[in-house]
Amino acid sequence: MAETLTGAQALIKALELEGVEVMFGVPGGAILPAYDPMLDSPMRHILARHEQGAGHMASGYAHATGRVGVMVATSGPGATNLITPLQDAHMDSIPVVAITGQVATGSIGNDAFQEAHTWGISMPCTKHNYLVTDVNDIPDVIHEAFHLAATGRPGPVLVDIPKNVLASTMKWHRAGRLDLPGYKPRDKGHPKQVKAAIELLQAAERPVLYLGGGVIRAGASQEALAFPELANAPAVTTLMGRGAIPDSHPLCLGMPGMHGNYTAVTAMQQADLLFAVGARFDDRVTGDVATFAPGAKIVHVDVDPAEIGKVRNADVPIVGDARSVLVQLTETLARKLGGKPAPARTEWFEALHGWQEAHPLRYEQDPEGPIQQQYVIQELHRITGGDAVVVAGVGQHQMWTSQFWGFERPNTWINSGGLGTMGYAVPAAIGAQVALPDQTVFAIDGDGCFQMTFNELIAAAVEGIPVKIAVMNNHALGMVKQWQRLFYNERYSAIDLTDHTPDYVKLAEAMGCVGLRAEHPSEVGPTLEKALAVDDKPVVVEFRCDPDAMVFPMVPAGGSNDDIVLSADDLNRG
Amino acid sequence: MNHVISVLVENKPGVLARISSMFARRGFNIHSLAVGPTADPAMSRMTVVIDGPEMEQIIKQLYKLVHTVKVTELEVGDRIDREIMMVRVNAEPGRRAEILEAARIFDAEPVDVGIATVTFVMSGEPARLADFLELMRPYGITDLAKSGRIAMAKDPKSKDAARTSLRSA
Repeated sequence: MAETLTGAQALIKALELEGVEVMFGVPGGAILPAYDPMLDSPMRHILARHEQGAGHMASGYAHATGRVGVMVATSGPGATNLITPLQDAHMDSIPVVAITGQVATGSIGNDAFQEAHTWGISMPCTKHNYLVTDVNDIPDVIHEAFHLAATGRPGPVLVDIPKNVLASTMKWHRAGRLDLPGYKPRDKGHPKQVKAAIELLQAAERPVLYLGGGVIRAGASQEALAFPELANAPAVTTLMGRGAIPDSHPLCLGMPGMHGNYTAVTAMQQADLLFAVGARFDDRVTGDVATFAPGAKIVHVDVDPAEIGKVRNADVPIVGDARSVLVQLTETLARKLGGKPAPARTEWFEALHGWQEAHPLRYEQDPEGPIQQQYVIQELHRITGGDAVVVAGVGQHQMWTSQFWGFERPNTWINSGGLGTMGYAVPAAIGAQVALPDQTVFAIDGDGCFQMTFNELIAAAVEGIPVKIAVMNNHALGMVKQWQRLFYNERYSAIDLTDHTPDYVKLAEAMGCVGLRAEHPSEVGPTLEKALAVDDKPVVVEFRCDPDAMVFPMVPAGGSNDDIVLSADDLNRG
Repeated sequence: MNHVISVLVENKPGVLARISSMFARRGFNIHSLAVGPTADPAMSRMTVVIDGPEMEQIIKQLYKLVHTVKVTELEVGDRIDREIMMVRVNAEPGRRAEILEAARIFDAEPVDVGIATVTFVMSGEPARLADFLELMRPYGITDLAKSGRIAMAKDPKSKDAARTSLRSA
């Protein structure tokens, strides 16, 4: 006979059946029933200090593993605090499931205590969402939610469950067959389109592969390297696609876009074929769309048909999973080549190598200081041999990390690309460290970002999560300061975070973390070594950095990629 | 230009909100939207009339919603469409006869008569409704309610027949 379970017990059981090993959450009134059976479950629950932290932890966990991250919150403010992480995951296609408590069904719509219209509020920032009104629906809804989050174009799914539904009972049954008549993500691309794409590629003299986060989400890194190798075509990796193929590979041109390197940006501008895979022609990549890659034909491979033609019309659209389509493309090309090598494209590669030589990413570290953030990043890379998962917040430090780290593997770069969520790094790094307890997880954070979410380090300290956080302290909201300097006549408004408050070492220690500080370039390496030696609690390392450094290259917002600015001097010269 | 889209959706709570929210957040301009059940109780059909030159992105965004099963753009000539309206017109006793005569020609049914107004119900092709409204405008329209258009694709066989007869004409 089927056992009788409460809705809460059924929820926990359904989550276990989905293979959930850890949840990140904060309890409260309406979700209370679900927290009781958690005590009897092997699933781990990490108590975040704010629901936003719980959400980004789930996202960091999902980023690091490709598995669905789970966040839990109560009704009202608990649920509304999840909105930022949900929208963040929505923009970056990160598979997460949010479970929220809701006031009892009889109170919905009555402005009850801690009531918010979670279903309505979360609708535009989730891939799909549910309000469960019948306890018997719980197994099916949880199964669907995980299926939707992880398949096709991944994304966030929210399940809102009223307290009385959690408290009422049901005869337990496992989820039935998925009943989603309108949801059929495509796996393979249309063979005719694949053939057409290869024909364009064969004819192209200046092709560029444009690899986005979709390649990483699809687990298609190997395939994304095999294809350009066979085709003898260079590739750029976007902010979300960093690590899709190794930066050290001769065909990898690095990051394009607003703060991309000269060669990656210019290669796209000069290309006669842009071959986009799992990328969405984001405005931070294209700059002014009208003048973006003006001579390029477009092949666009994406699992989400709505991305194709959204910003730029595709000459050859291919709907399908990045990995499956890359396999098809490689096979089709191999057949076409019939054992002969792909075109040499000597002129194109000569041009690319010329740009690389003339305009490398550059910075100068004065041995007397102040510390440059790029130097910290390179020192960390040297000491770890690049064997670390790197997490960033949003701003200058994020761009420098993406530019200077040198990514060799997928899923080793975790950041908030689409939404640009300041404060993302600390909780996301905690989530990644929970997923990968034996890996070095190092967040590179700004002081502005750190002050938004450092409270989550208390949770990490209590749980013994040995995550490392570098606080790049330039005592300012650095990117905002950069824009005010360049575009607002150096009229600095609301960017000053002050020189000595807080004391980051004392703050770290007060939260139960190890606190370290480096003030001089000579201290950077040794301080990082000290931080890496800690393996039982979080470490916060403050680097007192140059307050006036700016990120270059830069394409001013809305400007043409042809007008890439390599240094502040360039800009002043007009 | 007006486009008519027929959207087959799962008949689930909130499905209308999902669709209208998507239109709003993507900045698509809806002219009218009518929803109702279909022969299959698990499905509803929405007929959406949209202003705009580009339908491709709208159709793709509709498909992206999990509850959307089928989206069809119905082209002029390949569709049957109807709209229903109620219109209240000023009708002083001296002009009532001519108003009722016009209504008779247009098959508009008088359903409510007051001292100085007549209210008609009329259904038909949207263009015909518009013609009747133009005719009534000089008398003074005091109230108007329209259902929004509903539409369906023609049976492919009937379309073939229509084309044949057009060709032979």
